[in-house]
Amino acid sequence: MSYAKAQSKNVVWDWLTTVDHKKVGILYLAGGAFFFALGGIEAVLMRIQLMFPDMAIVQAQTFNELLTMHGTTMIFLAAMPLLFGFMNFIIPLQIGARDVAFPFLNALGFWLFFFGGLLLYVSLFTGGAPDAGWTAYVPLSSNSPGQGLDYYVLGLQVSGLGTLIGGINFLVTIINMRAPGMSMMRMPLFTWSSFVASMLILFAFPALTIGLLLLMLERLFGATYFAVDFGGNIIIWQHLFWIFGHPEVYILILPAFGIFSEVIPTFAKKRLFGYSAMVFATLIIGFLGFMVWAHHMFTVGMGPVANAIFAVATMAIAVPTGIKIFNWLLTLWGGRIQFTTANLFALGFIPSFVMGGVTGVMLATSAANYQFHDTYFVVAHFHYVIIGGVVFGLFAAAFYWWPKMFGYRLSETLGKWFFWLFLIGFHMTFFVQHFLGLMGMPRRVASFLPGQGLDAMNFISTIGAFLMSIAFIILLIAIFASTKNRDNVQDPWDGRTLEWTVPTPVPEYNFAQTPLVRDLDPYWYEKHEGDGKIKAAEPLGEIHMPNATVLPVTISAGLIVASFGFIYHVLPLIIGGFIITFGAMFVRSIKEDHGYHIPVDVIKRDKEEGK
Amino acid sequence: MSSHEDPSAPLQGAPSKNTERKLKNETRTQLISFLLMIFITSMAFISIGSDAVPNGFAIPFILMLAGVQVVLQLYFFMHMNEKGTGWINVMIWSGLFVAALTVGALMFLIGEVKY
Repeated sequence: MSYAKAQSKNVVWDWLTTVDHKKVGILYLAGGAFFFALGGIEAVLMRIQLMFPDMAIVQAQTFNELLTMHGTTMIFLAAMPLLFGFMNFIIPLQIGARDVAFPFLNALGFWLFFFGGLLLYVSLFTGGAPDAGWTAYVPLSSNSPGQGLDYYVLGLQVSGLGTLIGGINFLVTIINMRAPGMSMMRMPLFTWSSFVASMLILFAFPALTIGLLLLMLERLFGATYFAVDFGGNIIIWQHLFWIFGHPEVYILILPAFGIFSEVIPTFAKKRLFGYSAMVFATLIIGFLGFMVWAHHMFTVGMGPVANAIFAVATMAIAVPTGIKIFNWLLTLWGGRIQFTTANLFALGFIPSFVMGGVTGVMLATSAANYQFHDTYFVVAHFHYVIIGGVVFGLFAAAFYWWPKMFGYRLSETLGKWFFWLFLIGFHMTFFVQHFLGLMGMPRRVASFLPGQGLDAMNFISTIGAFLMSIAFIILLIAIFASTKNRDNVQDPWDGRTLEWTVPTPVPEYNFAQTPLVRDLDPYWYEKHEGDGKIKAAEPLGEIHMPNATVLPVTISAGLIVASFGFIYHVLPLIIGGFIITFGAMFVRSIKEDHGYHIPVDVIKRDKEEGK
Repeated sequence: MSSHEDPSAPLQGAPSKNTERKLKNETRTQLISFLLMIFITSMAFISIGSDAVPNGFAIPFILMLAGVQVVLQLYFFMHMNEKGTGWINVMIWSGLFVAALTVGALMFLIGEVKY
């Protein structure tokens, strides 16, 4: 493909076939936001059902489906893809690379995630969504009637494949594609934490893949791994799920930690306190993340020694996390703090997340866990860490990087309304749930009886959920109402890292010349020690770019066709789907695809136009 | 332009003295490790076939031999001992560690025996 041909494409075809990390990142954000909205609607429906005792807005069966879809959606289809969106867009810019290591796989990862998510949602229209909770414990899941759980298994299998591909891609990118001078210990913290999160993806997702495979064989082909009457063992599922599931929550929170470590120094006008301690704390959290999965299973009956070991290991995680919290506080200490929306989310995160961390240590106390297990206390805890940590991080990242990504600044006025409403709504929803849990309200119940002292707090919780929904609508309004703020978008926050050195909108090749990195926070260093411009590490030359391709969509679509074949036992569909997938992979393997070059004069012209 | 060179193109000209020596050394290492692996594999077969190892120890014994062989394979046949393989070492060993943890957990924590 020539340069001219690569430039002339219609919009839809361009987005379907793109392999540009920036466009894939925006696709991830759009896909993640779509599923985030769906998951939010499910949450609000559940809160309305629990607003008053004995409500009958939804049936108990529907409630089970809502809670399952809410959990599954928020973890796999909203939080992770939204983080992947920012990682995709920002990491290559932060390390001074022109793209990720495998642009083709990057696009493939997105389409697998998106089609997997859609497959999961098709179940709503085919007689019942999955209803066994996001953890899908056997035998509840293996004996669940209908096709709901089959959609769960295959949808997650396909989207999990996409996540695994994305994780490997980030690992290879960060190891191999750093600009000259960007040593590992000069990498921005967001890149570091995404790197560790990608390692966790690489090692944790295989356990989920195996678990889902066993469940699929059990449900679709009558295998007996979990069937006790055939000598199977149901605990295997719980172990496999949590060996994946616990690292999964660190996969979510570590990139969010990275975002705060970018936002706080920028708006405190100080370099990050204890950079190397932050890096090692991230690594230690990643390592300990694999040591603690059985704290989700204290009440299974593993025995006192096993429980004690996992309890102690879990509490140990409070140490590196505490190091991080103190480093953020000390970064703020004596800084010139700007209360922008992005920074407000970072500042709101610190106390909110600490509260979630404290209840985490309470839950880790294995003896007390018998009291807390499966109550609203657990619900309150994990919403405090996931909303107070991950979602606040996503919103901070959105306000922080929005100018670079979309070429306009989100309105600060609407942003502050959004932040305060969301913060108040969040604490209102979940703070009271601690006490609901301590009073004995079990999680996942479709209704509760009056006169048990649960009425008032459930009502407060629901009102809080409404506030969060209003806040989210304000965010949507801000996104559409702020498009006129097109001034000062190249470096609006007086940034420190390389992504603020490239023009906005970012040219498809990112850097006309690969940058030379001379210190941690390279842009800040050049602003104060140099001439304010990043030095180039190479002469201006032609830039080699990958071709756009429709094969990622084709490969993913084939897997979806095959999944329908598996769910409904239609052999031709299975074969047809695999022919599409493997045919597309075959074409990819044998077709020579050398990409194209952007000529020097185009790059020079861009530079003169200040693009 | 130099940026258009194909990195996978065959090398031109004869190898230098230094490269030749390196290649010779590598050939020797590969041969020795190959013989070692054949020895280990036959040890596994012979020890079980001839009942030389007591029954209770047979499975740990073969697993031990297998472990040694995996490490030799990784380091000599798959070149994990060379320079510039730091990250590969980190990743492989982390992966093995997590896998061992998983297998260990499934062996010890799902049975009737409580710990």
